[in-house]
Amino acid sequence: MTNSIPEISQHTDVIFIIGSNTAECHPLVARHVIKAKERGAKLIVADPRLTEMANKADIWLRVPAGYNISLINGLLHVIVKEKLYNSDFVQNYTEGFDDLEKAVERYTPAYVEGLTGIPQQDLVEAARLFARAKNAAILYCMGVTQFSYGTGTVVSLSNLAVITGNLGRPGTGVNPLRGQNNVQGACDMGCLPNLLPGYLAVTDEGYRARFEKEWHVKLPSKPGLRIPEVADAILGGRVRAAYVFGENPVMSDPDSDHLRHAFEHLDLLVVQDIFLTETARLAHVVLPAACWGEKEGTFTNTERRVQRVRKAVNPPGEARDDWWIFSALAQKMDYGRMNYLHPQEIWDEVRRLVPEKFGGITHSRLEKVRGINWPCPAEDHPGTPILYQGGKFATPSGKANLRPVFFDPVRIPEEVGEFKNALAGKITELPDEEYPFTLTTGRRGYHYHTGTMTRKSWPITQVTPEQLIEINPRDARKLGIEDGDFVRLSTRRGSIAAKAWVTERVPEKTVFTTFHFWEANVNELTVNSTDPAACIPEFKVAAAKVEKITPAEFQAILQEKKKKYLVDLEAEVAGRLKSGRREAHV
Amino acid sequence: MLSCSEKGRTERVLTVCPYCGTGCGLYLVVEDGHIAGVEPDSLHPVNEGELCVKGYFGYQHVEDPRRLTAPLVKKDGRFTPVSWDEALNFVAGRLTRIRQESGPDAFVLFASARATNEENYVAQKFARAVMGTNNVDHCARL
Repeated sequence: MTNSIPEISQHTDVIFIIGSNTAECHPLVARHVIKAKERGAKLIVADPRLTEMANKADIWLRVPAGYNISLINGLLHVIVKEKLYNSDFVQNYTEGFDDLEKAVERYTPAYVEGLTGIPQQDLVEAARLFARAKNAAILYCMGVTQFSYGTGTVVSLSNLAVITGNLGRPGTGVNPLRGQNNVQGACDMGCLPNLLPGYLAVTDEGYRARFEKEWHVKLPSKPGLRIPEVADAILGGRVRAAYVFGENPVMSDPDSDHLRHAFEHLDLLVVQDIFLTETARLAHVVLPAACWGEKEGTFTNTERRVQRVRKAVNPPGEARDDWWIFSALAQKMDYGRMNYLHPQEIWDEVRRLVPEKFGGITHSRLEKVRGINWPCPAEDHPGTPILYQGGKFATPSGKANLRPVFFDPVRIPEEVGEFKNALAGKITELPDEEYPFTLTTGRRGYHYHTGTMTRKSWPITQVTPEQLIEINPRDARKLGIEDGDFVRLSTRRGSIAAKAWVTERVPEKTVFTTFHFWEANVNELTVNSTDPAACIPEFKVAAAKVEKITPAEFQAILQEKKKKYLVDLEAEVAGRLKSGRREAHV
Repeated sequence: MLSCSEKGRTERVLTVCPYCGTGCGLYLVVEDGHIAGVEPDSLHPVNEGELCVKGYFGYQHVEDPRRLTAPLVKKDGRFTPVSWDEALNFVAGRLTRIRQESGPDAFVLFASARATNEENYVAQKFARAVMGTNNVDHCARL
């Protein structure tokens, strides 16, 4: 996030939520949105589904899955045409406005209505509301990014914030709500194939030298593989060993059967986790890790707030902290610069190497406060909840770049060639006669990702025990499906089966389901086409078909999935591991 | 390793929720060395004394009897519990051989958006400094 969460309830006058099911996926952020509304703020929500936030919106723009850029360009068109942009901000702090103005010319409200079905009046009202706000904040999530043109969509949102001058002040900003507790931190710590800790490029000799000096090795300069590229690299013989920790890719990656198939071809698969996950069951070696609540360290949340996490209980049996395992393995491989005794020692190494971002964030400071937002270069620095204050941007010119972004569902629009720096996108797999539905995916409020943790909590599984496939009542009627009937959902990659939830939450010709349940994992169906810059997969749009099936057919499919995911293995191994619980290890 | 909570004593340990990226503050209530419940942190500026259903009830996995409690090596297709020394020697030996035969880029590491900063830092350092590859990524995109 460019800004911090509490600013929403304190300072924001107009909140624009797009591609975020905030109430279910970030409930305590949604609470700040509701508090802002109680104070009189207005809420615009763009989402194909009637989510709880859409239901609370002053204006709900029911954008079809995949058409975000058309909608945002439409908002930009109205703001430019009606001269509602912040001309001082544009003049002083940005570059590229003329190209942007030209690029959004054709996205008239009528044109956008033709593409998306969003009523012209709603689009115009939303544009005026956003542009006239004193402080407007954009909140977005994977409904913006998980497309083969996700980068373009984020750039469009940045265009919207920039031309209205909504950056660098309390209650404004472009604010991605990050999905996992420490996804921000994993990125910050350099778990990316092109970036060292602190977002320092591996291709830069000077940055490499900084780490080479501390680590006493020569570092590789070629960016590595990104996760969606790994399956083909294994099948092509380029990758022979994979080490997976705290992640369950055979459930969470797109076109997951393809990745499972690739993993079966590895010479070595090591999985380090807290349970025998669907991925761990395929491993040659499984290493037992300590879990949250059993270890010390820090997490960094979506606002860049670095916070202490603490140990409350001992890990079971022989389970060990992940850092201990990597350090022990490094020593076995004759590398002597990873002999740590405590996470604080590791964090101090990070601070030494990336002082410009983390230098001032010490463990002892974190004992006294509820986190510090990076960048925080010195111990007397308060941290930086708001980025780009004073209109200073992290670009070579120091100005915010406005970049034209084009979209057409079928083909990349030709105009893209007329602009330098322009981005463009199209949908990879559109519905057709054989697969007439648009399948879009996400999460439910009660579960988390692949269910490894939440499916082991009885209060949660009691409320949400099983997978449901959302389908619109008009479509259901045509297919003879009633609420609670079993249906088979198929794409060109595979099929899953679950109960239908007949509901107005989804628009006609769109179905929605989740990746929480191995019984019906939607990622067996998703498309592995990716954004060229971010390599994020297009989880949010695939062409699908829906058929009603009998309970007997459902049972047969369930048995197949049970075999495929080696479901019985978890209980079998746990039974043999006569759990030497905590006391045994003290 | 010291036991964090003595028998018969109740302790509250301040930490951060392990689910989404909101980063709500919460206390783990520890009784006799076991997690007995969760209380929201009323001083946290984001969650201000509130939590969602996952924050309140999503801790039960920690003490689930299916937790992994020993290193496992698949021998003749069957997971077999082994000592840390045996497991790490096996992994170190195989990784060293694969690196010799096929180069450092024959290795990939999937890091974890669920683990701590310190663990992720050490993981990417292992990939880059020990294995010699930039093939390290995590589920930021998923």
